[in-house]
Amino acid sequence: MSNYDFIVPIGPQHPALKEPETFLLMMSGEKIKGMNVRLGYNHRGIEKACEGQTYIQDLYLIERVCGICSHSHASCFAQAVEEIAGLELPKRALYIRTLIGELERIHSHLLWLGVAGHEIGFDTLLMYTWRDREIVMDILALLTGNRVNYSINTIGGVRRDITTEQIPQILKAIDTLEERTKYYAKVATEDTTITARLSGIGLLSHDNVLKLGVVGPTARASGVKRDVRKDDPYAAYGEIDFNVITDDHCDVYGRTLVRVGELMESYKIIRQVLAKLPEGPITVKAPRKIPVGQAVSRYEAPRGEDLHYVKSNGTDKPDRVKVRAPTLANVQAVAEMLKDRYLADMPIVVAAIDPCFSCTDRMTSISTADKDDKTFMSWPKLRTYSIEWYSRQGVDFSDLNKKFKAPGI
Amino acid sequence: MSNEDNIKQQLIEKFSALSDKIIVKRARRIFAEVSLADFPQVFDFAIKKLNFSILTAITGLDEGTVFGVIYHLSTENGIMLNLHTTTPRDNPLINTVTNYFPAADAYERELVDLLGIPVEGLPQGNRYPLPDSWPANQYPLRKDWKGQMPVNKEESK
Repeated sequence: MSNYDFIVPIGPQHPALKEPETFLLMMSGEKIKGMNVRLGYNHRGIEKACEGQTYIQDLYLIERVCGICSHSHASCFAQAVEEIAGLELPKRALYIRTLIGELERIHSHLLWLGVAGHEIGFDTLLMYTWRDREIVMDILALLTGNRVNYSINTIGGVRRDITTEQIPQILKAIDTLEERTKYYAKVATEDTTITARLSGIGLLSHDNVLKLGVVGPTARASGVKRDVRKDDPYAAYGEIDFNVITDDHCDVYGRTLVRVGELMESYKIIRQVLAKLPEGPITVKAPRKIPVGQAVSRYEAPRGEDLHYVKSNGTDKPDRVKVRAPTLANVQAVAEMLKDRYLADMPIVVAAIDPCFSCTDRMTSISTADKDDKTFMSWPKLRTYSIEWYSRQGVDFSDLNKKFKAPGI
Repeated sequence: MSNEDNIKQQLIEKFSALSDKIIVKRARRIFAEVSLADFPQVFDFAIKKLNFSILTAITGLDEGTVFGVIYHLSTENGIMLNLHTTTPRDNPLINTVTNYFPAADAYERELVDLLGIPVEGLPQGNRYPLPDSWPANQYPLRKDWKGQMPVNKEESK
């Protein structure tokens, strides 16, 4: 790629990013000619850590893969383990999982709508959606005891039942949220700030979605009708009537419409779940030791398909746990979306896939063999380190440094 | 005959070596053991003739004397074909599938970084997910890796 004039480094730490990752944008004037993405800064070794703990401990660890779609990961893992153990879950447990899953989708999509508003300088939308998001957070806290990392799942069911007093409270909250979402749908389609700023930005054709294996709302906004809830039904989705929302705009505007449409579908699903909620127990007894086997579990997280592979070896600890979070499937499409586009489009295009890099990376805190080893970096040393680090990535700050050489550094 | 059994039948007809290597675990879940030599043909056939057009993930496994690699393929209507193949631990090597699925490079880089399985034909690019300063020959997902790192005296100074 020699058709660029200079590189704009964005990340690992940058105000435009919500999580650490590096985008080296190869620029020709204002236009992006190519990009180099580096991920992995959030790798915490969760897959490896899972091998050293029991299945129940892993459930709580897996939940912490991501703070936003924690229920998605925990459910996906639990489904795989239950399949290996051959457990038949009570209907009520499956319905409660579905309910929490949809509440999580609502909070995630409202959060995204706010972030999208913020990225295009429409902070009123951020304030509105995040205020409304509190309603669903309160309901999640009411049902599970926690605003994030709900820990409602256990191997073989769910840990908390829903009482009859809680149902009208949920329905009331859903009514309010539906009213608000209708307003957002109106804003998204009629407000000139949104339509003008989002239309035609971050284009990703139908063919490219198929070629790059893009998932979730990003794929559905390019007219690809893929949704694990329909294609490979889990929990109670097989018995629930809902539509897969798609759009043909293929741009950030389309992704906004899909997410707003999915919010409306989530309300529909929650009402059905509460109306049909079967009576009965909420757990079956799960063995501590899981027999030898393997299973692949899929789950439609708010950002797209989440996949867990679990292999057991007959003990109380898994042999291997593999997590493929949706962002890993989507992040490679960003380069395609930004090709020949302007630098100023970068924040909203990256935000439009609703990236979650902590999900994507999962990994290792390093303990060196020498325990007394204390490594601190002084400020000048840190500065030198960062200049060297960037120069290894092909970004040279030496000219700038000469120009802006501050006294005393 | 169900779709899953139909797929199993077609695979066996084409590749007789697979006759006792395919298990339909439940609806929409097919697991198959494929030797590394047969893998390219089976993979190609599954994608082109059996409509497994989605690669959901690639899982690497440490299975003692061999490394296992599972390719999780899926059709549009949710049927998954999990192709399991192995490569010897003392001389591991697999071929890239990025010619079929460009997005597979992230999954293959994980195999390289975390298990130390070299991937032939993987395009040049950044490593993922370990840091650039990660010491050589340390592969966290191998069973004998216990998380103790050699001290790099140069860096800690």
